[in-house]
Amino acid sequence: MASYTLNINNQSLTVNAEPDTPLLWVLRDELDLTGTKFGCGMALCGACTVHLDGNSVRSCSTKVSSVGDKKITTIEGISVGAEEGKLHPVQKAWMEENVPQCGFCQTGQIMSAISLLEKNPNPSDSDIDSAMAGNICRCGTYERIRKAIKRAANTSTK
Amino acid sequence: MKTEIYEHKIFKVSRRDFLKTSSMSMSGLLLGLQFSCTDTSKKLTGDPSIVFSPNVYININGNGDVTLIAHRSEMGTGIRTSLPLVMADELEADWERVKVVQGIGDEKYGDQNTDGSYSLRMFFTPLRKAGATVRLMLEQAAANEWKVDVSECKAKNHEVVHTSGKAFGFGYLAEKAVALPIPDESKITLKESKDFKYITKQSSIVDLQDIVTGKAKFGLDTKLPNTKIAVVKRNPEAGAGLKSFNMDAAMKVPGVLKVFKIDAPGFPTNFNKALGGVVVVAENTWAAIKGRDALEVVWEKGINADYSSLEYGNDMLKRAKSKGKVRRANGNIDQALSKAKKIVEGEYVVPHLAHTPMETPSAVASFHDNTCEVWAPVQDPQGTRKSLAAALNIDVSKVTVNVTLLGGAFGRKSKPDFVIEAALISKEMNTPVKILWTREDDIQHGFYHFPSAQYLKVGIDENNKVIGWLHRSVFPSIGGTANPASVEPSGDELSLGMIDLPYAIDNISCETQEAKTKIRIGWLRSVSNIHHAFAVGSIIDEVAHARGVDPVQNILDMLGEDRKIDPKVLGPEFQNYGEKLEDFPWNTARLRKVVETAKEKSNWGKSLPKGRGQGIAVHRSFLTYVACVVEVTVDDSNKIKITKVDYAVDCGIPVNPERIKSQFEGGAAFAASLALKSEITVLKSAVQQSNFHNYQVARMTDAPYETAVHIIESSEKPTGVGEPPVPPFIPALCNAIFAATGKRIRKLPITLS
Repeated sequence: MASYTLNINNQSLTVNAEPDTPLLWVLRDELDLTGTKFGCGMALCGACTVHLDGNSVRSCSTKVSSVGDKKITTIEGISVGAEEGKLHPVQKAWMEENVPQCGFCQTGQIMSAISLLEKNPNPSDSDIDSAMAGNICRCGTYERIRKAIKRAANTSTK
Repeated sequence: MKTEIYEHKIFKVSRRDFLKTSSMSMSGLLLGLQFSCTDTSKKLTGDPSIVFSPNVYININGNGDVTLIAHRSEMGTGIRTSLPLVMADELEADWERVKVVQGIGDEKYGDQNTDGSYSLRMFFTPLRKAGATVRLMLEQAAANEWKVDVSECKAKNHEVVHTSGKAFGFGYLAEKAVALPIPDESKITLKESKDFKYITKQSSIVDLQDIVTGKAKFGLDTKLPNTKIAVVKRNPEAGAGLKSFNMDAAMKVPGVLKVFKIDAPGFPTNFNKALGGVVVVAENTWAAIKGRDALEVVWEKGINADYSSLEYGNDMLKRAKSKGKVRRANGNIDQALSKAKKIVEGEYVVPHLAHTPMETPSAVASFHDNTCEVWAPVQDPQGTRKSLAAALNIDVSKVTVNVTLLGGAFGRKSKPDFVIEAALISKEMNTPVKILWTREDDIQHGFYHFPSAQYLKVGIDENNKVIGWLHRSVFPSIGGTANPASVEPSGDELSLGMIDLPYAIDNISCETQEAKTKIRIGWLRSVSNIHHAFAVGSIIDEVAHARGVDPVQNILDMLGEDRKIDPKVLGPEFQNYGEKLEDFPWNTARLRKVVETAKEKSNWGKSLPKGRGQGIAVHRSFLTYVACVVEVTVDDSNKIKITKVDYAVDCGIPVNPERIKSQFEGGAAFAASLALKSEITVLKSAVQQSNFHNYQVARMTDAPYETAVHIIESSEKPTGVGEPPVPPFIPALCNAIFAATGKRIRKLPITLS
């Protein structure tokens, strides 16, 4: 066991874990941040997507020992902004398009979408395809995910 | 039948309850909260500690807070929203003041087994009546207060309003209504459809914000104090036992607490038994997974040790070519085919498939003092409860099943085997236990969709009329997972797309062959409709070309005159999804209507450049009528893009149109997985796929770019939409590929090279 001090959602938190423990299980088991989901354990489905210094990573395949002092943002951290309880524009767009069905993969989808829009505020269809290709939705909400990303893009550029 | 049975059950268990949720000493103070308006007198609230609970689904407290029980499991269909909306509408409750609470597994709620696209069909009318009953009681309570006749009092948006304009809030009336008798069913009037506030109107799901903020709780998200994590190493051969294991290396993994075995059930395994294997329990998930990796295990070979899906499939296909057991017969098929001028024939093969819900099977169990409580994403809470009681050898009253949200299910979570595992392990550990199925566990130890081989032969006479239809379907029955004597498909399984054939053909023979179940087989979204619709919908397109008739016109020709199909034509084995034909007729006019609508809305027959094409298929399943037009582009490297899908849907009264649309959009993507990507193969009893790299499912680029859903206006009884989108999509896609490329698809998943 080693001790790690992590910067998660702008909070400094210390956990004890084996160095090879995936960040996913540190978040879920040790810190009760259960909005980040387990889907495959092999970086194939995107359900566990979080941000490291603003970049999308698969937390199931990111060792806790590799994180260092990078800023970790989970779904629980994205709406903590200027105003308490304010939803992120991507979350709002997700609600306006009624995207979720079962909802399980959606936090990972939203994290990937936010990361896309931060780098590319006006993504084309093919930009969306390639940014979201790593996120599986078995319920098949892909059409609405695309619409929600476009809606969020339009909202934030206005 | 199903509908009737459960309606009866609900009213049998309806009861009036008087609950005090807080101490009486509060009530005097809080009664002062009533206030009145200047124009018309209004009393809105009463004693908040009083809860008016006239039936098991609805309660109202003195504040006017309405709590509605969602007793069916939410796996993404929106049922946790749609059924409460139905109650709220009849109750005249303000949706903003309704709280939805998930019901535990309990017979008092009537049927809770959320499968078969039953929920709306079974509960639409009973829950309307439940809402309307409470509405009438509130109106009666107001009438009593005002000393007027109840006919002068109307519930409206969380209040009961008198003809004079004065009003009482539901909260104020809750206490007054508590003492009233439950009115006789004959006194209840249901709303006319023009007065619906929520039914047939758009609405978002109740969990929407919790989902997008990560607060929604699924199976793996419950944590009790001192919860340990368990994973199980299971024999690759379903049901087979354990010879020996060495736990030394596993126990050295930091955090691993205990390693022990669970006995295997043998084969058939049944649907509700743990598979057995070696359990690793640890302080955290990673330790449990690493501990399992470090196990050395020697497995026993069971009775299916030699099962290989390739050989099995080849054998099924071979036998599909020879005469089988006749399951539906009309006229004389041999004579018809021998005198036919044209013959169209085809073989169709579909592999094993796995459900792979995004949330793998996972649950939390706490066993102590001979009681067991679980938090589990299960489709069948009552079945889970009974199975837990049996596995733990305790009375069912000692078992509590809390139903979490289901992170997808598609039939997988109808089977509570993983919850049983959690409970057995909790009992052994004497502490709460969370079980995790890794994706590898999910893909390699599932309840697979049956592999199948079919042969169809269709005869066309000199007048260009279809006169003979031979359909042979060979696949191992789901029943074989529990019963070794079940070696041939049941009438139920054949009524899903084979013997329910609606076409007006004089000579029909539907036949089956024996096929023994060798691995756990279970129902997957739309069940045997998947392979039957693939074959039937594909060959009908070939018939159209053989007849030289447009595919849409061909379907209409084959359907014949509008009629309610005579059950005698369908034969004694036909089952109507558990309903009487009198209640839910097989009405070909409704099928015709969806075909015509899809034709019009899809701009059928429009001119398309080379490499693009449209295909159509039509299918009634789970009593919902669906036509599907798919438009594809196939490029020079044989890459298939699904550019447009048009669905026409007749599901009776469209209770929640927004969720109907989402089910069809999602159903198209699910079906695209089955058509284009997914295949489970088994070699010497071991599933060869393990994760999403080799068991592929549709990603954004594989799914349809745009799905338009055209809902037929209807006042017929509502029917479900969870499964019906899947069956017609696959043949419509195959027919579109033919239109684009000239290649016929006879085997799934589709390969064009």
